[in-house]
Amino acid sequence: MSATNTDLTTLTATAAVDAIRSGDCSAREVFDAYRAAAAADDLNAYLWVADDAPSAPSEDAPLAGVPLAVKDLFCTEGVPSQAGSKILEGYRPPYTASVVARLAAAGAPLLGKTNQDEFAMGSSNENSAFGPVLNPWDRTRVPGGSSGGSAAAVAAGSAPWALGTDTGGSIRQPAALCGIVGLKPTYGTVSRFGMIAFASSLDQAGPLTRDVTDAALLLRQMVGQDERDSTSIGFPGEIGRPSAHSLEGIRLGVPEELSGEGLGIDAGVLETFNATLKLAEGLGATVQTCRLPHAPHALAAYYVLAPAEASSNLARYDGVRYGACVEDGGLVGMYTKTRSQGFGREVKRRIMLGTYSLSSGYYEAYYGSAQRVRTKIAEDFAAAFGTFDFVVTPTAPTAAFELGAKTADPMSMYVNDYCTVPMSLAGIPAISIPNGFDGGLPTGFQLAGPAFSENRILDAAFALEQAIGFDASGARRNLG
Amino acid sequence: MIDREQVLHVARLARLELTDEEVGRMSEELSNVLGHIEKIGELDLAGVAPTTHVVEVSNALRPDVVTPSLPRDIALAAAPAVADGGFLVPSPQADAIDE
Repeated sequence: MSATNTDLTTLTATAAVDAIRSGDCSAREVFDAYRAAAAADDLNAYLWVADDAPSAPSEDAPLAGVPLAVKDLFCTEGVPSQAGSKILEGYRPPYTASVVARLAAAGAPLLGKTNQDEFAMGSSNENSAFGPVLNPWDRTRVPGGSSGGSAAAVAAGSAPWALGTDTGGSIRQPAALCGIVGLKPTYGTVSRFGMIAFASSLDQAGPLTRDVTDAALLLRQMVGQDERDSTSIGFPGEIGRPSAHSLEGIRLGVPEELSGEGLGIDAGVLETFNATLKLAEGLGATVQTCRLPHAPHALAAYYVLAPAEASSNLARYDGVRYGACVEDGGLVGMYTKTRSQGFGREVKRRIMLGTYSLSSGYYEAYYGSAQRVRTKIAEDFAAAFGTFDFVVTPTAPTAAFELGAKTADPMSMYVNDYCTVPMSLAGIPAISIPNGFDGGLPTGFQLAGPAFSENRILDAAFALEQAIGFDASGARRNLG
Repeated sequence: MIDREQVLHVARLARLELTDEEVGRMSEELSNVLGHIEKIGELDLAGVAPTTHVVEVSNALRPDVVTPSLPRDIALAAAPAVADGGFLVPSPQADAIDE
C-alpha cells in the first residue's frame, strides 16, 4: 500500500496516473491492488485475470502503468479471447487487437478479460456462455450488456477503467445500468483490427470509466488510423482533457421520438432525464424539442442489418481453424454439429434472422429497406445538428432489471437499445453519464453529437457531471 | 409469418441443426421480431440511396511491401486437426452424396 495509505482502487484512473507520476505510489502498487480486487471479483465480471504486471515499467508512458480491463472479444496474444462463447472456449489468439496493443504501449497493461454477452449480442449479459454478470448495485439485477463485465468491474472498483465495444448500445447501456461513464466514438476513429466481429459496419470500441475525465484520457490513446483496418480513419486532432464548467451557448435538442411519454421509457428514468435538462439550463444551455422522424424505425433497421452482418461474420466458426470442433463423419456435418453445439440461443436466433433477411426473395424487402432507413436516420441527425449542438436522450428506457426478467421474449430485450441504436446506425459519437437514481438504481443521460465532435461531447458531459454530482459509492459498498 | 419449413430451410443455409422444439420456438420468435421489422414498410423509401457504410472511405490502400506474416506453425496452433502443414478436414466426398 502507498505511503499515503489510501486504498488505491478508490482513485479514478486519472488520479492514479497523477499519483504514480508524482511518486505517491508506484505503478506496481496500483497494478497489484487491482489484480487483487479483480481476483476477488464475485460478480462474474472477469473471465481471466493477469498473473502479473508486464516486467517493463511504464511509469513514464502517458497512462503511467494504470492497468486496463478488456472485454473478452478483443484478441489478446496467448490470453483466452472467447467473445463469451463456448465455440471459442479456451481460444488463445496468436496476435493482439490493435487498440489493446496501442493502450499497452501507452502504459495501460492488461489486467483481465471481462465477461460479455456471446459475440456481443445482448443487453443483459445473460447470453454469456460463462454465466451472467451481476450488477454491483443490486446482485439480483443485470449489469446491462453486452459490455456488462467491463461496466460492472469499473463500477465495483475491480478495474480502474475498461474497454468495451458498442454495436447498438453495448457500451452506453451497461454504463447507464452500472452508474458509470461509457463512450461510443465516431465509427472509424478506433481500429477494429483484432476485435472479434459482430456487425462490422457498426462495431466500435470505446472506454468505460468512472468519470468523464478518465474517458477522455483513455480515448486519447485509443484513436488512430490503422493500416490493418481499412475502415479506420483516425481522429482529426487530439482528444483533450475536458474542462468546461458552463454550457453557455450550447443548444440541446431533445428528440420527442426518443424521450416522450408512451414509448416505454420508465417514469423514474424520465424524471432524472428532465432533472438533468434543468441542470443543463442552469449551466446556460438552451433546451428545445427536436425531431428525428425516422428514429422510431431505427430498431427495426438495426435488427435487420446487425444480424445480417453477423450471419456473414460468424460463418467462420466451422470447426476448421480454431475453436470447438465436433466431428460427424463428413465436412458439412462437422460444420453443422460444431455450430449447433457451439453457439448459444441468442446467437443462433440472430444468425437465423440475418440469413433469412439476406436470402433470395427477401433481400430487398428487408436488407435493402433497412439500408435506406439507415440513410434517413443519418439525414435526420444531420438536420438536427444544423440547429442543435447535441441531441440528448435517456440512455436506456429502464434502470437495471432483474436477472431473467426479459430472457423469455427477445423483443422485450431488444427494446433496451431503443435510444442508443439510432446513433450507431448514423455512426456518430455518443456518451452516457450517470445522472441520478430510479428506485435506488442508476440511470444514464445520453449526449450525442456530429461525427468527430468527441472533444465537445466530453466537455459538455464534464460540465454536466460536475453539476449532477452523482454518488457512485453505492456500487462499492455492496462488495462482498 | 415464418413457418417450420422456412425455419428448416434457413437453418440449412446457416449450417445449423435445430431440434424439433427449437424449430417451433424459432418460428414463433422470428415471426414476432419480423412483425416488428415489417413496420419499415410504412415508410416511403422510394428514391432513397442505401447506406452500406457511414464513413466515406474508398480504396484504403497501403504500400505494397512484403512483410512477414504469421508463421505457419503459429497459424495452425489453434486448429482442431492439422496434417502436412495445413488444416485437416473430413473429405467433402461424403457430403456430395447427401446434398
